[in-house]
Amino acid sequence: MIKPEKTPILSQKGQIAMPYTWWVGNAGSRFLAALRDDARIIGNSCEECGKVFVPPRKNCGYCYRELTKWVELGNEGTVIAHTVVHFSFSLHPCRTPFAYALIKLDGADVGFMHVVRDHPERLSNNVRVKAIFRDRALRIGHILDIETFEII
Amino acid sequence: MDHIAIVGVAQTGYEAKIRNKTNYDLVYEVTKGVLDDAGLSLADIDNIVTVSNDFMDGRTISSMAVGEAAGGHDKNISTVEGDGTFGAFYGAMRVLGGFNTTLVVAHSKGSEGSLKHITNAMFDPVYHRLIGIEAISASAIQANSYMDRFGLSEESFAMVSVKNHQNGFNNPYAHMPLNLTVEDVMKSARIADPLKLLDCSPVSDGAAAIIIANEEYSRRAKTRPVWIKGIAHCVEEYFLGDRDLAVAKSLRQASRKAYEMAGISRPVDSIDVVELYDAFSYMEPLWLEGLGFCEEGRGPGMLKDGITLMSGKLPVNPSGGVLSSHALLVAGLARIIEATLQLRGEAGSRQIPEAKTALAHGINGPCGQSHCVWVLSSEQ
Repeated sequence: MIKPEKTPILSQKGQIAMPYTWWVGNAGSRFLAALRDDARIIGNSCEECGKVFVPPRKNCGYCYRELTKWVELGNEGTVIAHTVVHFSFSLHPCRTPFAYALIKLDGADVGFMHVVRDHPERLSNNVRVKAIFRDRALRIGHILDIETFEII
Repeated sequence: MDHIAIVGVAQTGYEAKIRNKTNYDLVYEVTKGVLDDAGLSLADIDNIVTVSNDFMDGRTISSMAVGEAAGGHDKNISTVEGDGTFGAFYGAMRVLGGFNTTLVVAHSKGSEGSLKHITNAMFDPVYHRLIGIEAISASAIQANSYMDRFGLSEESFAMVSVKNHQNGFNNPYAHMPLNLTVEDVMKSARIADPLKLLDCSPVSDGAAAIIIANEEYSRRAKTRPVWIKGIAHCVEEYFLGDRDLAVAKSLRQASRKAYEMAGISRPVDSIDVVELYDAFSYMEPLWLEGLGFCEEGRGPGMLKDGITLMSGKLPVNPSGGVLSSHALLVAGLARIIEATLQLRGEAGSRQIPEAKTALAHGINGPCGQSHCVWVLSSEQ
């Protein structure tokens, strides 16, 4: 039987869950291994313009020069921009409210994006924060080996 | 540059959830609509640019699924994955490159996927995606940076939302015209500081299409051609932490190039109406600064002084802007369409009297990582 024009509209539910294994490259591996093994944040710098990047990367986007000079950065830094998040989302690393912050780590020239889990209401720009690492046994070479930044 | 023009436009109404039409249906509707508007037939169209996003559509090579809807079964179709202004830019390049006409069509149905998951996926999978950042939080960081740098208030952003939602009442296609006060915006739910619910655009379903033609085909079309006088786009750094989020650097570069191409030295005096990509309230003043209409940090002052109102010297988003209707990818093409309608004198109750030169603007990537600027004119 032919269904009438005004047949209620049907929908189809679906989900795409696509597995990937992203190799993080040489610069990424050295960075993540330093988080895991040493609880240290490292970057690299351009020998032409002197800019220090974190996360470290292949080349300076400004000078288009390969970055070969490695720099150990402080695990502390200054918040340069932030937001306190109030909505919940399944990919959040923790419960709301928490904050995302761009942090100028000591010795770096760019902002490093991470989370401030505790006391987000006390956060403001120019505040000093420090990286809190997970226990050694729990660190796997992952951006969340830094559990959070904590207001100093 | 050769003389090329926009000779046809069409858009669907924008809604939260268009249940009775698929993406295919939407593309078909606006393709028919744009041919009708131009008074051209498919035989006059010699290439097509589709604009879609695989994550939005939930399929790979999403453009291939709408080829027949776009009338392209035997034609040269290529695709831009990004905002519609960038698709139109490529379409314009193809006409400049020798095609007579390009039909550009964009579609998206935000209602069908999860926008937070989709915008999370635009970030780096190793360093940023895993901390759960997505478009709203990233934009909130930009708003915070912008306020902090120039000492701006949340109320000054709320005023943009009030203006644009009010303008939306004049646009029959708008998804969310609203009668608001600054207090309403300020008291709306906190989403990601400083952004509140009414600082954020809605997520809409919709589609839009334009036809770009060379000089010969612009004479064949029945519409009054709207001439493309200047177009440019520019991109900045990918990582948010590398950028100065309080300044729209790539927009400054793109707009300078577009103005130069259009022979404009003082945009604030030369442009009659602006349609820009205000996905969040703070973006309108920030983009106005990037477009060179005022100095850095002075964007909010343009609304406080009444300059960007419908009745002001430089009306901005008389359509209600993206704050009133936000079909991703489509929204930039809608800005071009709105600018075109203004220059054709067909913008109905949102018409700016005697508009001769209009600017349309779109963004791509988080926090306006890239910007595309169009200067359009009713005069060849």
